Amino acid sequence: MTSSNQTAWGHAWGRLTGSARRGGDDAPAPFDRTLLLLVPGILMVVLLFVYPFAYGLVLSFTPAEGGPFKNYVEFFSQSRLWGTIFTTLWLALPSTILNIALAVPIAFKMRVPFAGQRLLTTALVVPITLGTVLVAEGLLTYLGPQGWFNRILMAGHLIAQPLQLTHNYWGVMLSLIITGFPFAFLLILSHVTGIDPSLGNAAASLGARPFAQFRHIYLPLLAPGLAMTFCLVFVQAFSVFPSAVLLGAPAGPTRVISIAAYEAAFESYDYSMASAIAMVMGAVQLIIIVAVLVARGRFYRGPASGGKA
Amino acid sequence: MARHDPSKAAASGGNFEALHLDRITRRFHNMVALNELSLTVRRGEFIALLGPSGCGKSTALNCLAGLMPLSGGRIMLDDRRIDTLPPERRGFGMVFQNYALFPHMSVRKNIGFGLMMRNVPEKEAARRVNETLDLVQLQAHADKLPGQLSGGQQQRVAIARAIVVNPPLILMDEPLSNLDAKLRLEMRHEIRRIHHEVQRSTIYVTHDQDEALSLADRIVVMQDGVVQQIGTPEQLYNAPANLNVARFMGYRNVIAFDACSPLDGRRMQVHRNGVTLNATLQGDVAGHRCTVAIRPDDLRIGDPENDPEGANSLDGRVIEVEYCGRDWLVDVDTAIGVLHARIPQAATPGQRIRLVLPADRVLAYPQGRDAAMAVAAE
Amino acid sequence: MTQDTLKGNPALDRTLGLLWSSVVWGFMGFFLLNMVGIIGSVAVNSVATRWLRSWLPDGYTFRWYSSAWAEFQLGEVLTVTMQVVLAVVLISALIGVPAAYALARREFPGKRAVMLLFLLPLLVPPITYGIPLATTLYQFHLGGTLTGVILANLVPTVPFVILTMTPFIEQIDPRLEAAARVFGAGTFSVFRHVLVPLLAPGILAACLLVLVRTIAMFELTFLTAGGDSQTLVVALYYSVFAAGVRAGQSVDAMAVLYMLTTLFWLVIALRFVDPTQIVARVKKQPKGA
Repeated sequence: MTSSNQTAWGHAWGRLTGSARRGGDDAPAPFDRTLLLLVPGILMVVLLFVYPFAYGLVLSFTPAEGGPFKNYVEFFSQSRLWGTIFTTLWLALPSTILNIALAVPIAFKMRVPFAGQRLLTTALVVPITLGTVLVAEGLLTYLGPQGWFNRILMAGHLIAQPLQLTHNYWGVMLSLIITGFPFAFLLILSHVTGIDPSLGNAAASLGARPFAQFRHIYLPLLAPGLAMTFCLVFVQAFSVFPSAVLLGAPAGPTRVISIAAYEAAFESYDYSMASAIAMVMGAVQLIIIVAVLVARGRFYRGPASGGKA
Repeated sequence: MARHDPSKAAASGGNFEALHLDRITRRFHNMVALNELSLTVRRGEFIALLGPSGCGKSTALNCLAGLMPLSGGRIMLDDRRIDTLPPERRGFGMVFQNYALFPHMSVRKNIGFGLMMRNVPEKEAARRVNETLDLVQLQAHADKLPGQLSGGQQQRVAIARAIVVNPPLILMDEPLSNLDAKLRLEMRHEIRRIHHEVQRSTIYVTHDQDEALSLADRIVVMQDGVVQQIGTPEQLYNAPANLNVARFMGYRNVIAFDACSPLDGRRMQVHRNGVTLNATLQGDVAGHRCTVAIRPDDLRIGDPENDPEGANSLDGRVIEVEYCGRDWLVDVDTAIGVLHARIPQAATPGQRIRLVLPADRVLAYPQGRDAAMAVAAE
Repeated sequence: MTQDTLKGNPALDRTLGLLWSSVVWGFMGFFLLNMVGIIGSVAVNSVATRWLRSWLPDGYTFRWYSSAWAEFQLGEVLTVTMQVVLAVVLISALIGVPAAYALARREFPGKRAVMLLFLLPLLVPPITYGIPLATTLYQFHLGGTLTGVILANLVPTVPFVILTMTPFIEQIDPRLEAAARVFGAGTFSVFRHVLVPLLAPGILAACLLVLVRTIAMFELTFLTAGGDSQTLVVALYYSVFAAGVRAGQSVDAMAVLYMLTTLFWLVIALRFVDPTQIVARVKKQPKGA
């Protein structure tokens, strides 16, 4: 890289274009040492992510006793194991759809910067940064039979008896909304603001009312971003863990798949079975993501701006 | 393209007699971006809003389109007040600076969008889109996406999309600024052709005086949010109302004179460094001092026999020569300072030449505070 | 020809618009109110003497904080948290920024595969890969140790730094580096005088985001930590999990301490980044030309 027989400009140009061929046509391509900067990063991901995954995959097929497929056969034959897939989907899919359905129109409404927008987005980022453990602890008190939420509803004579909102399905569902909605909203907002606002103006000048602008211009251009957001929000909801334990009924209606995996690993110390469950969890997420991305492929993709900049 | 029955003006399409801008004003916080612009646009008229960037011309256009609320004033389409309407109810056509073509729709769908918003029946919409495609010569590209078109073609789509809905008024925001020089000339011609064919009132924002001069029926020159002059291209070019407009119209020689004395009518004499020139007064009152503006093209080379010194001619030394193809641009050092002249013959630096300044092309502006500042900035 | 007419009527549009705005703002208000309720419940309970069957507690006290400090060994937990977070921030910046530079400036075969490799740990949720990862770490006798916790936390943070810094570096005009080289700067000088000053805001933003994320990272720490390598959020989980063993107020006092730690760094981070960047990527700065 620093050979001195190069002209300074040629040298700089080589660095710019990253072209391997420099210093005459016949010179062998020297190795680009800048690429060495990637080695620690790649090494880390391979050792701490790829290898454990591969190891887990192999482990899942080598149970302490029985044939290679014993874990998977067991998982899919015991309803308390395979049922967790549907328990989790029953929480993750409705909460994801609801969060996105709420976030899209609101983000559209707030696409134009306004006074206090930063304050609002800051307020929304708080539950995400606090994380699920704290939200679960807060909800336990807030939604409890003596909590402020039930008290307000009773004071307003909307209900006669406190609603049972903790230690069941609804507690987990609400915690997925409290952390999932801001996440979906902020992701979608960043996509919406990435759409050239002159497109909306152009549509308006051609007579499109706000809803028509949304339906014909913003929604189609937003589709790729929506698909991505759906995947991220769904994957997060599908791997729900602390709130399902703390705020749900981990033995029954909110026994999600991550609880099953955790129990296998840290209560029965059956790492082989735990790995198998983790692989199933990954596979379900992958299936949903691939389905969404395939659907996305049918939409327009390309720049979301209206011409030359 | 559809010609119109003279029915009452409607929200879209149709005819109108005049669009009145009545002292429209736009303030951002404490800054006045547009100060009391009044203008009447007649049917079929092509108006150019001309000025440097930040002069308020784009603000004016955005206010007209309804993309920005007014801080004061009114916009009337005949006797109907429209400045309170949202953009989608004004029914104007707009061509955006970056074209703002919908990237996910074909050319045909882009053009048909406004018709769809107006519930125009499918068959009629298809017919009108086809007519417009013919008009802008894009029939071959009708089913492409905007991203597959060249800059000039995108420009045509943007224009077609704006005119297909028969708007009473078309707004164009620097539509040529993203094109290269050659294409810009071509599209300028194209815009003029389309305008002649459809006869729509048009308001065209630009910072390029050539564009404004060649396209517009009338030009509004703006600076710092304030209208400087409204007039036909000839009026602006030959008799700029003030030094700002003069500068914009290519009067490169701007010289302050110490004393002025009126002769008769608009004729007057100006004096500096012992030189006396005959000039033509612009503006109303002749003060004691004035500033003179001369276009390089209006200076000519005199010959010592026919143009004696003193009769509005000056001797000087050539200090810089620039070849421009058809003619030469020379800087000449004279008793009143360096003058820029465009001459039809070659010259060499150091050469002495005589310049003649025709009295009717030497424009004298009474020197107010603004003019003094303009000179200081030179 | 017939006159085109625009759809709808203005009065109805305005009413609908107003209605729509109030629904949107109403929902936002309702959401924020509930958030205040959630956080407020925790905060109020942490200073309550006794709080049953009433809107507000019977009396107020700060004693739960001292008891929480002692009961949960918070001094130790905070030290561990700080060690983990600092190590994770430093290592991920040291590994991530150079890798991002190489990705931003070089085209090479397999670049897309490398990008995907860095994207995966961010897309796959921690609980999914955390179990095999914890199993592997225990295999190498790192499970339950501070090193193990740090290593586990690096899995999402290094890719995070790389993916946020790559676009940031891409938008720095490579001609600036070329110009510096033309004027005789060597690799080190280019780095020292051109790149580091230009990259500083981006690195700072990425580090702060990593910091906030690591403090709140529950799953990976939970799966890999042992008794003496718990971070604050894991300790909080265990105390909530074992509710009834300790006074609820004590748990909430700890929750408040956790909130304060997180929010303190969040406020600092928000001085340098936009809130949307906590979930999306670091904002592009204007070109340094």
